[in-house]
Amino acid sequence: MAGEMKMRATLQGDVAEVKVLMSHPMEPGTRKDAKTDKLVPAHFINHVVATLNGKSVLEAQWGGAISKNPFLGFKVKGVKAGDKIDVKAEDNQGNKFDGNVAVA
Amino acid sequence: MDQLRRTFLKSAGIAGSVVVAIGAGLLKSGEALAAAWNTSAFTAKNISDAMSGAGFAGAAESKDIVIKAPEIAENGAVVPVEVTSNIPGTTSMAMFVEKNPTPMVGSFDFLAGAEPYVSTRIKMGQTSLVRVAVKAGGKTYMASKEVKVTIGGCGG
Repeated sequence: MAGEMKMRATLQGDVAEVKVLMSHPMEPGTRKDAKTDKLVPAHFINHVVATLNGKSVLEAQWGGAISKNPFLGFKVKGVKAGDKIDVKAEDNQGNKFDGNVAVA
Repeated sequence: MDQLRRTFLKSAGIAGSVVVAIGAGLLKSGEALAAAWNTSAFTAKNISDAMSGAGFAGAAESKDIVIKAPEIAENGAVVPVEVTSNIPGTTSMAMFVEKNPTPMVGSFDFLAGAEPYVSTRIKMGQTSLVRVAVKAGGKTYMASKEVKVTIGGCGG
């Protein structure tokens, strides 16, 4: 199912390394279906926002060239164990997904 | 009674104009998480249009942008790319694959607290330069790394 998010955040000093794996087809809209020879409609995550304890730390815009089932790794400083990291994503069809993790 | 009717008409009128505004595209329903998607950069067909669309025209080459990517990628559909900018004051980063049909891959804005580092996996249609551009202190910089692709990842 599109939209599932797996997240992990590990602390080194006061820097958290966050890894996010999203489940999404990431269809760029330029690929032809092998059977029907028709273009597969574009369907990809185009906005991602990450927050630390509710405050935005990273905002991304994506196109269809991010691989299927996208992986995103980023680092946030000034973090302590137990802090909450949220990731919200939205695709070009208006579907919204989110996930969160407590820093360990 | 009349007063009630007036109030009703008035609120109906306001509600009506909101509907019109949505219809006219003035208010997008489910307005997005952040700034509008950069259509001109993402749909540009060559690297220079994509870079200028994303605000990186004339970016200076810099060795302080470190791109970690495989020399040879067997599967162009999944090419891991890890970028660190060692340029002080880096606020945003954008990735491009020079020879993809639409070179812009994505952009990342670092807000308070985020380190200028991103790791992701991208699609490459063929052997190409992967280019990363960053904004720091009001200036733009870029670096490139070639990745050889054995099987392209844009077809299917």
